[in-house]
Amino acid sequence: MKIIILGGGKVGGTLAEELSSEKFDITLVDSDADRLHGLRERLDIQTVEGHASHPDVLRRAGAEDADILVAVTSSDEVNMVACQVSFSMFRTPTKIARIRANAYSTRAGFFSREHMPIDVLIHPEQVVTDHIERLLQHPGALQVLDFAQGRMQLVAVKVYPNGPLAGQAISALREQLPKVDTRVAAIFRRDRPIMPQGDTVLEVDDEVFFLAGRRDIGAVMSELRGHEKPYKRIMIAGGGNIGERLARTLERRLNVKLIEFDAARCQVLSGALDRTVVLHGDATDSDLLLEENIENTDIFCALTNDDEANIMSSMLAKRLGARKVLTLIGKPAYVDLVQGGLIDVAISPQQATISELLVHVRKADIARIHSLRRGAAEAIEAVAHGDARSSQMVGRTLDEIVLPTGTTIGGIVRGEEVLIAHDHLVVQSNDHLIMFVTDKRRIPEVERLFQVSVHFF
Amino acid sequence: MHFSAVLRISGLLLMLFSMTMLTPLPFAWYYGEDSLVAFILAFGLTLSAGLLAWLPVARSGQELRIREGFLVTAVFYISLGLFGALPLWLETGAWLSFTDAAFESFSGLTTTGATVATGLDDLPRSVLIYRQQLQWLGGMGIIILAVAILPMLGVGGMQLYRTEMPGPVKDTKLTPRIAETAKALWYIYLTLTIACALAYWLAGMGPFDALAHSFSTVSIGGYSTYDASMGHFDSVGVEAVAVVFMILCGINFGLHFAVWNRRAPWLYLRDMEVKGYLAMLLGVGGLTVMMLGMNGVLAWPEAIRDGVFQTVSIATTSGFTTTEFSAWPGVLPFLVFFAAFTGACAGSTGGGLKVVRVLLIILQGLREVRRLIHPHSVIPVKLGSAVVPDRVVDAIWGFFSAWVVAFMLMLVALLATGLDFLTAFSAIGACLTNLGPGLGEVSAHYGDIPDVAKWILCLAMLLGRLEIFTLLVLITPTFWRG
Repeated sequence: MKIIILGGGKVGGTLAEELSSEKFDITLVDSDADRLHGLRERLDIQTVEGHASHPDVLRRAGAEDADILVAVTSSDEVNMVACQVSFSMFRTPTKIARIRANAYSTRAGFFSREHMPIDVLIHPEQVVTDHIERLLQHPGALQVLDFAQGRMQLVAVKVYPNGPLAGQAISALREQLPKVDTRVAAIFRRDRPIMPQGDTVLEVDDEVFFLAGRRDIGAVMSELRGHEKPYKRIMIAGGGNIGERLARTLERRLNVKLIEFDAARCQVLSGALDRTVVLHGDATDSDLLLEENIENTDIFCALTNDDEANIMSSMLAKRLGARKVLTLIGKPAYVDLVQGGLIDVAISPQQATISELLVHVRKADIARIHSLRRGAAEAIEAVAHGDARSSQMVGRTLDEIVLPTGTTIGGIVRGEEVLIAHDHLVVQSNDHLIMFVTDKRRIPEVERLFQVSVHFF
Repeated sequence: MHFSAVLRISGLLLMLFSMTMLTPLPFAWYYGEDSLVAFILAFGLTLSAGLLAWLPVARSGQELRIREGFLVTAVFYISLGLFGALPLWLETGAWLSFTDAAFESFSGLTTTGATVATGLDDLPRSVLIYRQQLQWLGGMGIIILAVAILPMLGVGGMQLYRTEMPGPVKDTKLTPRIAETAKALWYIYLTLTIACALAYWLAGMGPFDALAHSFSTVSIGGYSTYDASMGHFDSVGVEAVAVVFMILCGINFGLHFAVWNRRAPWLYLRDMEVKGYLAMLLGVGGLTVMMLGMNGVLAWPEAIRDGVFQTVSIATTSGFTTTEFSAWPGVLPFLVFFAAFTGACAGSTGGGLKVVRVLLIILQGLREVRRLIHPHSVIPVKLGSAVVPDRVVDAIWGFFSAWVVAFMLMLVALLATGLDFLTAFSAIGACLTNLGPGLGEVSAHYGDIPDVAKWILCLAMLLGRLEIFTLLVLITPTFWRG
């Protein structure tokens, strides 16, 4: 499959890296030759230098036979025009664009073939904000992921010494949580995946992924982490797009403080936000943190676009007594470095965005993809189609389905119903299957499982 | 300074104003009164004065600039006040001195409603309707002044309502040109007047009284054609109509326009100033009724009736009375009287400091408190969801301090004329807020105070109406030099 990526910034670059490792043909377009040079050295991709929305540049990038165009330049307008050009001149089938400004989305139906032909809009800041918001609803979780419009959720927790999980076998967990239907979907031990079996014993520092219906997740979490108090007082460092969005979604329910370095930006923020206390200052200034009661803060979120500043301010906040710290980290290498130390939760903004994009490059009918563990594994929500003759899944019980190694089925969402996987469960057409693929090389095999054979037609 | 432009426009306005002295003539003729001569004489004098001012500069092509706006506004109000006194002085020469006539005229045009006249019941109808009409015209002038001109001049934070500012009501942008704006406001004002007159008539007033009182209700003036004011009618219906229209006319006319234009009555409740205004009326009204009833001053039905009417009438700075509220016991007269200091909404015909200013002063105070708790915080003053620029907040503080200083100085001046403290304090308060009736000796009328005091109060009414700075700027040397 041929994919053109416009814009080699953080999102574009990470996307190219992610996809080129999976046998896609990637062409990256950017106006900055140095940046392209750096990427070309590192990755197996083709690069084209030029203005992303110009037809001749798109033609040179191979737009005539491209399957997917992903426009993630820093400008909404360039992204939109590029999609329009590739639609009108090259008939590119799938066009994905990053549109940041909400002003464009006020009228429904604007992004359609008749007006502005963009098939998929992605909004990285919104994705990250949603992600953080879900985490805040489940104190103690490292990651909270939605499937089937949130009917089923996947939660990652860490095993702490003296916690309720340490030293337990998975089968014993069921007795601990008798009323809750949940399933341990995956375990990562020292960064390697382990297939969870009934007799697997959890060790300290394991990352355990639980799958359950939305209503049960709260019960699972409270059981596992002791009764962790909900977050009430939150301090956000960095009043960029993500910080502002997060503050706006939370300020009605929680006590929010927002620290921003830039005075002019502070004025804008204080005007736009109603109840948030906007503070002008440096998040690494311990006097400011102490003055604002950091020791009584439930969670400190470092959300500037500077990884190092985020890490430093988070560590400082933790030292000064913040109960939990959450840090936005762009560089994948840093994530493993800091998470689990002083920093409780590390979030990679690119990862969140790429999960959104992956949905559209997969071959099967995929409703949702979440990258886990910095892209080492994937959680996939796929839809089974066909009937017993044409499909390898429909009409079979789960234990009859031959899965690629390293792959498990965690649960099924059937309409409104949420079913946790058991061997005797029979797959029906239009079921949403939640699967875990711990080895990404197996993904094409998984895709093939869901493809409907010719008999279907 | 383009003096010829100022002179030209003042002359024109004066000539226009002289026409309004003709409207009492049909009344004089119909009721067979001999005030005809006085009105025609006053008309002739005013018209020729206007003509004299206008003729020499009629051809000058000088444009009116914002700076001249201050001068025109001041000259306009002062000359109208003086010339408006002519019919009253000429007609009842034996009865009203020129000082009294001028006081009555200024009080009318500034919609204050303080009167020196007694025995209103026996005055010729033509004179009565002329008084009411003065208030009505004053009210019209004030709306245009408050909605179109003061925001343009930026007096006392009123640039908040400047059309290009994203104000509390997004669509106060009436129409781009002042002339168009004036026309739109004129229609609203006229509609309200007609509705009010009809409502009074349906509530049982005679046609003449209904018209006369609608003039002074819609303009939040407070002149009546009877010494007993609204109390003369002793009718719950009439009082209810008065309460409704006083509240309505105490709301920003720009907001009325937005509501009318977009057929969206819910805009009233989305406006922070209206919310504050209604909350104040409800709070003070509720408290007054409770205190009247609980202390046994009045039986509960009367307590509610009089309490509500007096609160609305005083707080909106109308100044109608149904009962001698100044004789209420204890703190009650002061409670009601102090509500007038806040007054009505900006851009209405009401007076006082204006609800929006008081609201912003309170919000600013709260901001200081929050700043003490969070020394590094950036806290804007917000009206609803709109940020109020610091420039506006500063201007409002400036206005407030000028207002207080003016109050003090004039209070001392009044005390110097020999008035007692309560009388002097309430007279200045009632005139600076354009309320009308005060407490003490001036609770019913201003006839018994010295002439000097009357002139001081005329100045107070003008200052209150022109938001102080419009006059204040004229006495600074820089204004004339630049």
